[in-house]
Amino acid sequence: MYEKLSSFAQTGGLIYFVAIFAAVLAYALWPKNQKKFDKAASLPLSDREPGDE
Amino acid sequence: MSTSILKKGARDSSTGMVAAFLCVFAVLAILIAGNAADRLMGVHALLFFSAIALWLIGIGLWAGKLGDRDPFDETRYEDTLVKFGVAASMFWGIAGLLVGVIIACQLTWPNIFYLDQLGWTNFGRLRPLHTSAVIFAFGGNVLLATSFHVVQRTTRARLFGGMWPWFVFWGYQLFIVIAATGYLMGITQSKEYAEPEWYADLWLTIVWVAYLIIFLGTLWKRKEPHIYVANWFYLSFIVTIAMLHIVNNLSLPVSLGSSKSYQLFSGVQDALTQWWYGHNAVGFFLTTGFLAIMYYFIPKRVDRPVYSYRLSIVHFWSLIFIYIWAGPHHLHYTALPQWAQTLGMTFSIMLWMPSWGGMINGVMTLSGAWDKLRTDPVVRMMVVSLAFYGMSTFEGPLMSVRAVNSLSHYTEWGIGHVHSGALGWVGFISFGALYCLTQWLWKRKSLYSMALVEWHFWLATIGIVFYIVSMWFAGIMEGLMWRAYNDFGFLEYSFVETVEAKHISYIIRMVGGLLYLSGAGIMCYNLIRTARGDARINQPADAKPVSQPPAAAELQPAE
Repeated sequence: MYEKLSSFAQTGGLIYFVAIFAAVLAYALWPKNQKKFDKAASLPLSDREPGDE
Repeated sequence: MSTSILKKGARDSSTGMVAAFLCVFAVLAILIAGNAADRLMGVHALLFFSAIALWLIGIGLWAGKLGDRDPFDETRYEDTLVKFGVAASMFWGIAGLLVGVIIACQLTWPNIFYLDQLGWTNFGRLRPLHTSAVIFAFGGNVLLATSFHVVQRTTRARLFGGMWPWFVFWGYQLFIVIAATGYLMGITQSKEYAEPEWYADLWLTIVWVAYLIIFLGTLWKRKEPHIYVANWFYLSFIVTIAMLHIVNNLSLPVSLGSSKSYQLFSGVQDALTQWWYGHNAVGFFLTTGFLAIMYYFIPKRVDRPVYSYRLSIVHFWSLIFIYIWAGPHHLHYTALPQWAQTLGMTFSIMLWMPSWGGMINGVMTLSGAWDKLRTDPVVRMMVVSLAFYGMSTFEGPLMSVRAVNSLSHYTEWGIGHVHSGALGWVGFISFGALYCLTQWLWKRKSLYSMALVEWHFWLATIGIVFYIVSMWFAGIMEGLMWRAYNDFGFLEYSFVETVEAKHISYIIRMVGGLLYLSGAGIMCYNLIRTARGDARINQPADAKPVSQPPAAAELQPAE
């Protein structure tokens, strides 16, 4: 039981983390998101009041 | 009476709700005071009741003076609360650092600073007072103030909840007072960084859940479609601290009138839970929250966009997914199964990458504005904080390696490591944010004195160097002395010899702490004068470089 559970946890954990990391990389590097992220990088610089368009 | 007759200020229901909520706790406090099983609980219940009574009177006086003013005007940011947060951060910062210097003196000269008639001045009582004051009171207030500031500015929405953010602020101060007075009276559940007893923990849970709802509510009504990366970091801090706090403090009080409780876990399960909590207090309180500060205040201060927003996304997700597993490195060579120790060590080493990725992202945000390192000491402070962050996030994984840990564990090296992170990284990025917030919120053209910021910067930097170098010396020396054997196989040194050998290091450490405290005192003076609107003539403008062409100065031949 212990062996089965631990091998499941170890293999599963590895796959889980690699999959999450791949998904994060894909999201971050996806060309379509580039414009949105470029805009977001300057977000702190604006000095607008609440509700300003 | 129709609602139109009601004054505008009284129409918001959140003030009444907060008052009603506080009344419930006032009644509970009275009940507990009447049925207190021990004297300490009686004192605390009365203290709690008095604080709530004062609080209710304060709300009443404030609401009475409102007149026709809408205190929660949706077209304006809630800046007053952030100003209160800046003031509270300064106050608790000085208090926590002062207690740090006092206990450093106690360790250095135990005969002078031992007052056996005054039990509350004992090192054992003052040490948790110091750690909690600097981490939770100073750091916590910096995080409350900056998170409330940043989430409003990056969502273009006023804080959600009307009076509730004020409940969080004052409720958190009340928790600090209860925790601190408890330590001095001797109330503790003996868990490092989680010393407050069950009733203080429950109160903090309520305050923290309100904080989470306010943060989420503000995100929910945002006018900006994208949720800026700093808010992700703040959110991970708030959510994870809630989880850690609740799980690590699962305990049963002896009775509802008793200040004593017992942990649900025992033995190695308790130890693992404690260090899962303890290390993630470092990870999610002292790291992700302050990385959020980095991602807002550095771009804003240097007026440059974040170096790589894509890197910030990878930084965020890899950091939070790895950090949560690193705790077992605190339990090398214990009853914890070896595979779990190895797991903690492996994740600690992996943590190096997202840590340095984030550091590089923060430093490189200065691209195109490197001159600010020279002209603006506030920027220099924040960049040096990143240098200390890089240093301590390299040292940490190194110390988590089992073989290194066998030398470093339980020695002063650990204390030095913690302080290079706390004084260098957390302290400096916080000071940077406090300088910025004071100048911006009180709408001043510049700080009262840039020269005083320089003084603060250099005193504090030299103080940190004194601190960490003396602790490296003391730690490695005592680690080697503990493991030294003589020819007959006996231990070479008695324990007291290893303590005696650290005396000089302790003096240097105390001086370092004193320098750091002096710097913080100078900051307080500077911030108060800035807030009052006192401006100095001949002030070098922090936004613009000096008018003389810098190229001429730089092109001087080296010889």
